[in-house]
Amino acid sequence: MTTDTQNQMDIPQLSKEDFKSDQMVKWCPGCGDHAILSSMEKVFPQLGVRKEDIVVVSGIGCSSRFPYYMNTYGIHGIHGRAAAISSGVKLANPHLNVWMITGDGDCTAIGGNHFIHAVRRNIDFNIMLFNNKIYGLTKGQFSPTTPQGSVTKTSPQGSFEVPFNPGELVIGAQGTFFARTVDTNPKMMVDIMLEANKHKGTSVVEILQNCVIFSNKVHDLVTNRETKLDNQILLKAGEPMIFGKDMDKGIVLKGTKLFVVQIGVNGVTVDDLLVHNPEDEDPGIHNMLARMSAPEYPVAMGVIRAIKHKPFNDMMDDCIVAEKAKSKIKNVDDLLNSGNTWEI
Amino acid sequence: MGDIKKKNQIVELDEVVLRFAGDSGDGMQLTGSLFSDSAAFAGNDFATFPDYPAEIRAPQGTVAGVSGFQIHFGHTSIHTSGDYADVLVAMNPASLKATLKWAKSNATIIVDTDTFIEKGFLKAGYDTNPLEDGSMNDYNLIKAPISTMTVAAVADLGLDAKVALKSKNMFALGVVLYLFNRETEKTNEFFEEKFKSKPVIVEANKRVLKAGYNYAENVEVIGQVYNVQPADLEKGTYRNITGNVATAWGLLAASERSKLEIFLGSYPITPATEILQEIAKHKSLGAKAFQAEDEIAGICSSLGASYAGSLAVTTTSGPGLSLKSEAIGLAVMTELPIVIVNVQRGGPSTGLPTKSEQSDLMQALYGRNGDGPVIIVAAASSVDCFYAAYLSAKLAVEHMTPVILLTDGSLANGSEVFKIPKVASLMDINPPIVKANDPDYLPYRRDSEKLNRFWAIPGTEGLRHRLGGLEKDNPSGNVSHDPINHETMVKLREEKVQRVANYIPEQEIIGEDEGDLLIVSWGGTYGVMLTAVEKLQKEGKKVSLAHFRYISPLPKNTNEIFKNFKKVVVCEINNGQFVNYLRMNFPEFRYEQYNKIQGLPFLVSELEEKFVSILNEL
Repeated sequence: MTTDTQNQMDIPQLSKEDFKSDQMVKWCPGCGDHAILSSMEKVFPQLGVRKEDIVVVSGIGCSSRFPYYMNTYGIHGIHGRAAAISSGVKLANPHLNVWMITGDGDCTAIGGNHFIHAVRRNIDFNIMLFNNKIYGLTKGQFSPTTPQGSVTKTSPQGSFEVPFNPGELVIGAQGTFFARTVDTNPKMMVDIMLEANKHKGTSVVEILQNCVIFSNKVHDLVTNRETKLDNQILLKAGEPMIFGKDMDKGIVLKGTKLFVVQIGVNGVTVDDLLVHNPEDEDPGIHNMLARMSAPEYPVAMGVIRAIKHKPFNDMMDDCIVAEKAKSKIKNVDDLLNSGNTWEI
Repeated sequence: MGDIKKKNQIVELDEVVLRFAGDSGDGMQLTGSLFSDSAAFAGNDFATFPDYPAEIRAPQGTVAGVSGFQIHFGHTSIHTSGDYADVLVAMNPASLKATLKWAKSNATIIVDTDTFIEKGFLKAGYDTNPLEDGSMNDYNLIKAPISTMTVAAVADLGLDAKVALKSKNMFALGVVLYLFNRETEKTNEFFEEKFKSKPVIVEANKRVLKAGYNYAENVEVIGQVYNVQPADLEKGTYRNITGNVATAWGLLAASERSKLEIFLGSYPITPATEILQEIAKHKSLGAKAFQAEDEIAGICSSLGASYAGSLAVTTTSGPGLSLKSEAIGLAVMTELPIVIVNVQRGGPSTGLPTKSEQSDLMQALYGRNGDGPVIIVAAASSVDCFYAAYLSAKLAVEHMTPVILLTDGSLANGSEVFKIPKVASLMDINPPIVKANDPDYLPYRRDSEKLNRFWAIPGTEGLRHRLGGLEKDNPSGNVSHDPINHETMVKLREEKVQRVANYIPEQEIIGEDEGDLLIVSWGGTYGVMLTAVEKLQKEGKKVSLAHFRYISPLPKNTNEIFKNFKKVVVCEINNGQFVNYLRMNFPEFRYEQYNKIQGLPFLVSELEEKFVSILNEL
């Protein structure tokens, strides 16, 4: 505790201005990325780390231009590989605060393998997955999260593909942290990003993001003023799962399924509702919550899963400390002269 | 033992090639390495090569399951693991079938007669028993009932036959130790150490070794004992080392001298895996080994570590290098240092995973989109892997560029005698790290001599910057699509690599720098080329050798060395890659080429034959 406080005292008060880059932001007017950038500029001064210790890593795609728009250390990598690059940055220097910015194509198609393995390893970095359910930069082809039947440039008769749900992928890959938020709710984005940063291990935040050109209104049910409150639920640890414009609906577990119920109807009370426990090791309920889709269910927002497992990078560092203490080989001269040698 | 030496004639030999062959489960690699230890103890120079099947346990008793180990040891300098064996130990019919073609026509062949039963020789593909059908008449055949005598030697130890037979390789070793006038003490010490917790196994191995030794002493067939005097090696401490371990240790040494933590991101692939395994052992040296989910993640994690200030390395073999191409391009563009070790094997595609080739040269040079120059270094021998890896790391960090280090399966698995250097005696490594708040720092500002950009490491105050695969403005580092800027940057990246020629030695010629024939080779063939050329030089032939270790850039004097020879022949284990690279760079010369593409190394004898035939055409 003392060290944390001292460290924080060494860090000058930072503001949004400390992270603004001098580069022109080239996303389309109305793109959800602008709002995400703005939230992130609010989040970085609140992290309690030096601005030089933040590294933003991305792959390829509209979202992946992000590092150029933040005045931090950053790498704009190659398509799909941001998770691998981030892993290397964090393992090489665990003191750095690493943020990976990716999209649904970059992360779950070309980078799918790196994504699931990064999640499984639980290296301590934050993945911001902008999900607009379309390929934007290549101008409108379906992605692994595009709903089946969608008409896109490469599915002119409607897509045949069954989409991924990023939450299920994370949970299936032994993920320790998954949260969801949406580009139209800056306050929620800031709160969730801060939660993700607090989590020790790989934190995945799915940000439902609107592509104004190629998948406009793909998240309309959860963003539209008229419908959004009835189609999303903000999950809070220790609280019953209530939602709706009039906060009169809830989620219950009956048998092996979740159901939406009306409070006060058929004798249902708040006490009957599920209480959210993001720290439950058992991923069963978390998986069901991540799967919920509108309009049958409200889309789950907030921290769905956050369990405490020791991050990979801490294990690696502990192992190095232990080996340094016990090994007879202290330097490369020792190594060269170890084992079977002879004199001439 | 004094009696033995009196009883038998001792014949002095300059060099010997000895090969052990048996079933995968017969322990031939251990037998070979124990004999290597005895050669080391006797002060010989030596080189070894293991030859094992791609399958972990191919069907027992078949030719596919034969595992071999060859050692070439001598009183003279030894540069190769040898062409043909003077002495071959064949533990079963399959190993005789598979390896007899690698034995000299008058070789001594030691066989376990107990395994030459009908079932055994039929399984190996013989129609009749080769020990009895006269086909072995030209050889000095020593027919020993090795299995029977092994079981008999340990009869009263209460071991079951299966366990007892496990030490039959030590019977063979005993015979060979006698044959070469070597002591058994060192080997016994090994048993005591290795099987510390199992005294009965120590006893069994000691007895079987002794039984083999005594058998050799008593049989009439061994009329003479051979002696190989110590080699004339420089004073110092020596060890035996394989190319893969040497590569790993060279990188660890570079990490220590550059004061950069080493980060290896890698994915297991034959024949490169041992480098990852070796680095993973040495966490006490601060080494971070990361076994990634694939080849791409191997290099990308390493590139991330490079950005964060580590000595970044990735290791692979041909197919893996293909997968890493795009990320090597990112390293070229971001001008981040990284060493890519490619242990070449037979290709294309999966090819010949356990066999060696030099066929990734063009891939290393040009296997990327865009104009993507990199430094390429090729290790010359198993021991040179240590120095080549060290040098690759030095060039990568000092010139801020990816370096591809080419080794190959022969170097990787083969071993040589290594004179242990002091780490302090190795060249300095000075990474161009930028100090905090340097007011002049710009991501693509360059050193005026080397043209490298500078390394601004995350966490350092006042140097925040972004790198990436998009073309960058010179020198601000902002994204730029400006046409003239792109041309400038492409040329700068090329020039930066070319200028490395100012920091590497000139190409040496072994022999006179003019003559009839200049023999050109590169990478892992050095030992065999040198041996062949030295033999011809001794015969008075006007031949010289130019063996290249630096491929990109080529040494500055390269074009000058070709002028003074009537003919130039480029020899390589591929279909002609270096020769075409030379044709492209120096079209003013005519090059002959000699290629072998059989997954096998050159033989000294075939090289000599080829060179003599070229000389005869002059």
